[in-house]
Amino acid sequence: MSDRPGLPVVELPTSGGCADVPVLKERGQREVFCGLTGIVWLHRKLQDAFFLVVGSRTCAHLIQSAAGVMIFAEPRFGTAILTDRDLAGMADANDELDRVCATLLERRPDIRTLFLVGSCPSEVIKLDLAKAAERLNARVLPRVRVVNYSGSGIETTFTQGEDNALKALVPLLPASDERQLLVVGTLADVVEDQFARLFRQLGIGPVRHFPPRRSTDLPPVGPGTRLLLAQPFNGEAVRALLARGATLLPAPYPFGGEGTTAWLAAAAAEWNVNAEHFRQVTQPLHERARKGLDRYRATLEGKRLFFMPDSQLEVPLARFLHRELGMQLVEVGTPYLDRQMVGAELPLLPATTTLSEGQDVERQLDRVRAAKPDLTVCGLGLANPLEREGFATKWSIELVFTPIHGYDQAADLAEIFARPLLRRERLTV
Amino acid sequence: MQLTLWTYEGPPHVGAMRIATSMRDVHYVLHAPQGDTYADLLFTMIERQDARPPVTYTTFQARDLGGDTANLVTTAVRDAFERFKPKALLVGESCTAELIQDQPGSLAQGMGIPVPVVPLELPAYSKKENWGAAETLYHLVKALLADRVPKPGTPRPARPEGRRPRANLLGPTVLGFRCRDDVREVTQLLGQLGIDVHVVAPLGASPDDVVRIPEADFNVDLYPEVSRTTAGWLQRAFGMPYTKTIPMGTGATRDFIAEVAQLAGVDAAPVLGRERPGVAGLASSQSRAPWYQRSVDSTYLTGKRVFIFADATHAIAAARIAAQEMGFTVVGLGTYSREFAREVREAARQYGVEALITDDYLEVEAAIAAATPELVLGTQMERHIAKRLGVACAVISVPIHVQDVPARYSPVYGFEGANVLFDTWVHPLVMGLEEHLLQMFREDFEFHDGAVPSHLAAVAPSAPAAGGAVSAPAGEAEGVRTLASVPQLQVTVAMPAVTDPAAAAAPAASAGPVPPVWTPEGEQELRKIPFFVRGKAKRNTEAYAAQHGIARIGVDTLYDAKAHFGR
Ligand code: SF4
Ligand code: SF4
Repeated sequence: MSDRPGLPVVELPTSGGCADVPVLKERGQREVFCGLTGIVWLHRKLQDAFFLVVGSRTCAHLIQSAAGVMIFAEPRFGTAILTDRDLAGMADANDELDRVCATLLERRPDIRTLFLVGSCPSEVIKLDLAKAAERLNARVLPRVRVVNYSGSGIETTFTQGEDNALKALVPLLPASDERQLLVVGTLADVVEDQFARLFRQLGIGPVRHFPPRRSTDLPPVGPGTRLLLAQPFNGEAVRALLARGATLLPAPYPFGGEGTTAWLAAAAAEWNVNAEHFRQVTQPLHERARKGLDRYRATLEGKRLFFMPDSQLEVPLARFLHRELGMQLVEVGTPYLDRQMVGAELPLLPATTTLSEGQDVERQLDRVRAAKPDLTVCGLGLANPLEREGFATKWSIELVFTPIHGYDQAADLAEIFARPLLRRERLTV
Repeated sequence: MQLTLWTYEGPPHVGAMRIATSMRDVHYVLHAPQGDTYADLLFTMIERQDARPPVTYTTFQARDLGGDTANLVTTAVRDAFERFKPKALLVGESCTAELIQDQPGSLAQGMGIPVPVVPLELPAYSKKENWGAAETLYHLVKALLADRVPKPGTPRPARPEGRRPRANLLGPTVLGFRCRDDVREVTQLLGQLGIDVHVVAPLGASPDDVVRIPEADFNVDLYPEVSRTTAGWLQRAFGMPYTKTIPMGTGATRDFIAEVAQLAGVDAAPVLGRERPGVAGLASSQSRAPWYQRSVDSTYLTGKRVFIFADATHAIAAARIAAQEMGFTVVGLGTYSREFAREVREAARQYGVEALITDDYLEVEAAIAAATPELVLGTQMERHIAKRLGVACAVISVPIHVQDVPARYSPVYGFEGANVLFDTWVHPLVMGLEEHLLQMFREDFEFHDGAVPSHLAAVAPSAPAAGGAVSAPAGEAEGVRTLASVPQLQVTVAMPAVTDPAAAAAPAASAGPVPPVWTPEGEQELRKIPFFVRGKAKRNTEAYAAQHGIARIGVDTLYDAKAHFGR
């Protein structure tokens, strides 16, 4: 990029980076949700889709517990629970599935896309959901399209469910040579709208999103497509898009002022946006973000941070918290390290960071106890027990349920991490 | 295959987790994939447990399948034993592991672990959480007591002279309904009779305590969903009788006192003598509830239509309280506990309703909508149904959410429990005088359909709260009717052409002859009736019209029906 004068190039100074540091690989007990969890936000994002898990009572209970807030009388997800009859072959599981889908679609005439979501049990008994989707499509297309993917815990962790869901949609995207920017990964609607305004001001467009808000508005893809990634966990979907001719614009993720500027710059350079114009559009916003972050710097600066593996957001968030708020990174754990997805992030981490991949939860907790971090980011199952041991925690699921991308959410993102610490200062009990 | 949107119970291994987590010095090794670790948060978040559940998951992955998944089990068992040093080890599997048939229980038994290893086989594709809890408690107790069972026919030794009678409290668990406080309440109740509580299990018990269970004279089967199997076995194996009464509500608490006194061979009179029913007994009763229930301000509770759906134990007990102590009319009674369907059916017959035995949330919703209750007593599922329908609701049973685990002492068993229930059931209702004012000045702009009882916060439940699993919207009150959709819903309900999917799914009670149609004037008048009685008025009027062959309901039909049915 730097061989193209006049274009916005955001060179982020690094201190050597940790792209080459050895990674601590662990293979023990994991304490991470499975990919089914992605349904909790995907069913809100895709307003005309239904997610039908083909699984067990455990799967139904997992989504229910992760979704927790049962505000929606009839959510757009459900579980076809396998019973003894299906397993003993007394009922043909395929017929049963067809029956359940028919009932469902009758009940919900508003549904345009039905996702059949595989689970551990459906995979172990080798229930072929791709075949099932094909069979159902023959009946329900064009009104409804049936798509399948796996969210099973033997194949996927937490946010990988979104990756698999998107990957399943890639073959359905219309082909087009049109030059376009495709933003990949679920964003809060409000953030999408903010970015839309920014891209318009920068003269970048057309901009489309994947996933779209409606499953029938699938964006096209082709050689003119440039991918800008909003979430670091969609590696498989991205590779499928690349295979359809798209080009990846490498960039850090739009967390924090710096991250957002670098992210926008990657698109701006590609669209030949004049550097001065870029600066005029982004600088005031970056400045505003910085001001917002200032509020929390005093609380977070110098504090030692430990990430337990959970959402795959760990690497970009660690970068943000370290570089823009001065936090010290004790350990950055991530369920798996997809170097293509975090290629632009790793060099921005300090070379001293301990990166860990996978998990052995007991040993990792031993490391937490030994390191005594000021803040530990972890899943809901671990938060209260750690608090009880005296550690401040931030539960990570909030990070996928809250708008945290972009300039105007930078301070909100910082606040999420500052809150547990500020709270401790307030409490006298 | 069963289509499920929300489930009342988790899988059976979650029941086993409830037993393990309730106890001390017990560890559970669960052969399961990583996603199943979600269950930890039920304990640490909903119940605010301050330690992780004592559960080690093998978290096998696809790449392990066909290879060394069995090896993962033995490694997990060994590591867990070394790290946690339990006095008993439960070993089992979740749904997925059941399919790959590694037999983790037998594997672990063959490892020479120097403490009792209890294999758990909990069929995940046919059974559910409460059953899993009951089986786990039973197998654990049986394993720990195996070598102490007397020969069949051995008479039970009499209680030694001078030793106070002893009872065990069986069944309380974490993630049960108010177990912590019920145990305290029942313990002090037994204390009044001179009966000592010997062992409480599983809540707070260690394997050593379990071994002492037979030293008591009888068992209190506090939560039959969890403890009936064990109580039954202890009766067969050790000749220990167990209680059948659930001490929930004033009347049932009195019956319970009589029952335990008889089992313990003590005189109930000193306690029961102060608990006579009727006005004469009020002065000496330990409970405030009977007076509150007789107080004139409670008159407005008379005949309020209540729909009850819960686990069997709490549903049956709540129905008795509703009918006999609150003066409500039970218009629906049901349970998701199929194991106790017979008991619930029997109870329902007493109130002249058909028991609803189902674990299908949509069926429950339809039944509630059709019954047009003024108060729903249920689980957190019913709370959501009630919220949607704009009906008041109180939670009386699991499944629960974080706000159903209060910090304060709030049992539902015993005399204090009766007080607590009175308060919590009355709280969501529109109070007597307020109800009159609403009736008289129904055109007052503040008395619109969305108005809430004045003592409840007027906070509209907002969009799904961020923060995931347990974020209860602040200030959420169960009687709140400000959900934006409710006014329309009310109107929809008043229309013959039902567009609401839930209402559409209602059992086709009205199938058969063409239902009467509301004229615009009739409908207008109906809308003037306050929302909390409108459902009833509508129902009565339609029934009246149908009975009298009236095809079009006008203003007069409405008032004719009112005259016919009374209030
Ligand atoms: S929002 Fe409130 S009522 Fe709804 S599930 Fe959460 S705690 Fe329960
Ligand atoms: S880990 Fe597997 S069995 Fe468990 S909830 Fe996830 S998909 Fe279902």
